[in-house]
Amino acid sequence: MTKQLTKRDVLKGAGVLGLSAFAVRVAAAPAAEAVTPALIEAAKKEGKVVFYTAMDLQFAERLGKTFEAKFPGIAVRVERSGAERVFTRIDQEYSSKIHTVDVVNTADQAHCIIWKRNGWLAPYLPEEVVKYYDKSYYDPEGLHVTTRILISPIAYNTNLVKKEDAPKSFKDLLDPKWKGKMVKAHPAYSGTIMNATFEIARDLGWDYLEKLAAQNVMQVQSATDTPKRISLGERAVMVDGAGYLVIRYKEAGQPVEIVYPEEGTPLATGPSAVFKAAPNPNAARLFQNWMHSREAQQMIVDSARQYSPHSQTVEKSSVRKLADIKLMKEDPEGVHAQADAVKKRYAEIFKV
Amino acid sequence: MTIAIPATQAPRKFGIDVSKPVLYGFAAVLCVLIVLPLSWLLIYSLTDAAGHVTLGNFYRLFTESSFYDPLVTTFIIATSSAIICCAVAAPMGWLVARTDLPFSGVIRALVTASFVTPPFLGAIAWEVLAAPNSGLLNKIFRNVTGAEQDVHLFNIYSIEGIIFVISCYTFPYVFVLVANSLDRTPGELEDASSILGGGRWYTARRVTIPLVLPALLAGALVAFLQAMTLFGSPAILALPAGFHTMTTKIWSLFQYPPKPELAAAASLPLLVLTIILLRAESMILGRRGYSVVGGKYGAPRLIPLHRLRWVAFIVCLLVLMLPVFLPYAALFNAAFSPVATTFLTFQNATLHNIEFVLFELSAASLALKNTVILGGATATVGTVIAVVIAYVTARHAVAGWRALGFLATAPIAIPGIVLGVGLFLSYTRPPFVLYGTLWILLIAFVTIALPSAYQQLQAAFRTIHPELEDASRILGATRLRSLWQITAPLLRTGVIATWCFIFVGVMRELSAAIILFTSETKVISVLIYDLNESGDLGAIAVIGIGMLIITFSVVIAVNRIPGFGTVRFRT
Repeated sequence: MTKQLTKRDVLKGAGVLGLSAFAVRVAAAPAAEAVTPALIEAAKKEGKVVFYTAMDLQFAERLGKTFEAKFPGIAVRVERSGAERVFTRIDQEYSSKIHTVDVVNTADQAHCIIWKRNGWLAPYLPEEVVKYYDKSYYDPEGLHVTTRILISPIAYNTNLVKKEDAPKSFKDLLDPKWKGKMVKAHPAYSGTIMNATFEIARDLGWDYLEKLAAQNVMQVQSATDTPKRISLGERAVMVDGAGYLVIRYKEAGQPVEIVYPEEGTPLATGPSAVFKAAPNPNAARLFQNWMHSREAQQMIVDSARQYSPHSQTVEKSSVRKLADIKLMKEDPEGVHAQADAVKKRYAEIFKV
Repeated sequence: MTIAIPATQAPRKFGIDVSKPVLYGFAAVLCVLIVLPLSWLLIYSLTDAAGHVTLGNFYRLFTESSFYDPLVTTFIIATSSAIICCAVAAPMGWLVARTDLPFSGVIRALVTASFVTPPFLGAIAWEVLAAPNSGLLNKIFRNVTGAEQDVHLFNIYSIEGIIFVISCYTFPYVFVLVANSLDRTPGELEDASSILGGGRWYTARRVTIPLVLPALLAGALVAFLQAMTLFGSPAILALPAGFHTMTTKIWSLFQYPPKPELAAAASLPLLVLTIILLRAESMILGRRGYSVVGGKYGAPRLIPLHRLRWVAFIVCLLVLMLPVFLPYAALFNAAFSPVATTFLTFQNATLHNIEFVLFELSAASLALKNTVILGGATATVGTVIAVVIAYVTARHAVAGWRALGFLATAPIAIPGIVLGVGLFLSYTRPPFVLYGTLWILLIAFVTIALPSAYQQLQAAFRTIHPELEDASRILGATRLRSLWQITAPLLRTGVIATWCFIFVGVMRELSAAIILFTSETKVISVLIYDLNESGDLGAIAVIGIGMLIITFSVVIAVNRIPGFGTVRFRT
């Protein structure tokens, strides 16, 4: 007992020392916040929360409706577009001192780097995040928390492509037989694709993308659109896009199949944050808190079919576990540094 | 007898008249509306990101292929669309206005339906119809011919596809101008030609065509400029087709980090081209006068088509399948079938999309409210301004009327998206901080609607001879009173048409809205664009059909306003 106390004291002391040493640079981690009756009461007074997100619309609205049912009297308005457009929008609004966003969920960690630098985010760590999330999934200052983990695999339409003919790797997509038969999303609109493009260019080289462009690839904006295109049969193969939608469509009986490319599957984690200038600060915190609770996180797994950072959630056995997928490494700092260069080079290669 | 009575418009002197300050007031408003954003655009085009004066933006514009390729593409699209629009709309306008075509009212209503359809919605519907692999028409083609999976009849993701879709939703501009002009052209002039021995073709060539020439030219010009500055259809189709037009390129320049200076520079060639075209139009029309509605003509006479009546009717219907029947059938299919491009059957029909839009789509109700408020306000404000300016320029009522006319026409040269940026630059800083409110959208929509509204009303004024007003003035009425009691009733059709035209224009508008909206001021068009980004075709179809119903209800209601709508003048 005495020993333990001593240890704790030492740690405390170290913490204080550490804090004072870095006080100039790093603010203290905020205390973990529970959902208190006072918070709910204050949130109900505000009556609404505005949620900017890059999640697919159906799921985002379902999440909103579930929240509304749990906390009656607080309406959730979902503003959905691609993560890069969400980012542009917030930048445009904040530059004009228009503060309408309460909570944001993007698909590109690099956005949080910029928002944090601008001092736009409010520190807020929900209780369950501190308890059940790995430290790599939230900002040490509590400014943003990873809400969902996305992969951008290859996929194909099973009516148009036989299983044995299906591509197994990114390299396979350069086969002339896929010319004119692929669809791809755009890094200037989608955060998932920004990360995927960055990782592919880093791991396979830009000349891979140049060769891919010569394959006459159909270009769409959002990572949520490519799975729809292959499920409609508009193209046979999707080069990148929301893996979770492929899983959902397959489970709904549509003719699509996922492929985890041999070189590795691009990875993007989607963080959420509460804005400092949020017009509904209490509703924003309540929503942020609930969105990272086990209940909402299990929805991310069960109904969005994405992966959750919450260690108490149960993955479905029907799809490959995240740990079993060979993943490309996510690098928010790298994306942050090179986003403009990636967009520019991409536009030169794909002409759009 | 002359074909057109030369308009004698010697400058006239007026006594003290309240109309002068009113007119100058409008002129001042117009100046602020247009000059302010244009000035900001010009300033931005001549500065670099750091604020230094430079010609570097223009240098890049004309040396980098990523800029001049879209410029060339845009020119090809605009020219082709204008030609197609005239070739289709002019004969159809003549058939409807001057022949005994059966159900000509139905044809007019269908043209209105295609006009009411926002170009981006039409483009999405045509994606459902003519995407090379999943398109319904291509599926039917493969089923009928037994062709391979890869073979397709249509590919909407191509420059031809874009030209086609743009023409579908631009030709109503030409049709309305030609048909209205022919409606107002008295039959006596043609009769006189026939009586004097002119054959049918001679009469057409020497009498009818010269009479509709101003309207046709104006129509071609509007079609060209609409196609050039359109954002909606290219925004849907150009990216999958693998190229940019000027408008989509300009939009891409506002992605983070925004480069407004390049966008401003990219828009100036469009402005210059428009000014050249407008000059060319006035040179072709020259100094001829085209007043045909005086106090002394009867109603136009209809030319009998005999056995060709029904052939002509069927041809018209076939043409109108493209902008109306097929797209709405596709939207209907997408709204009720489980997957947008699966054929609807009684077994697979679902109300899922309707439930989603009505009960789950949380952004819908606000967007709908904003759109209806903006539509009504823009139409009312825009019509009032356009009537006054058209009057001033047609009657040369104040000094500087030429400049006023030019100002009212100038916005047509500015792609909505660039105007959006100009307004964004103008109204995000003191003294007018309007961004984030509906006001900035109102200003944008009024400015965008003004050129067409003004041209429509000016064409209407041009055909009303001032002698009627003069009579009223001689009998002691003030200028405003004669305007209200004589000119306004004569213009009734034109004014209502303009009001509806602007209202519909707001429903169609995407390009400025996409720059100027905030989440609190989102409109339906932006909502549809966002839905399209993620490929939610079912929800788009439901909203699109709802939009059509709302628009038609409003248009019909406006046409039935008692007192305003019941009087029918025969000239």
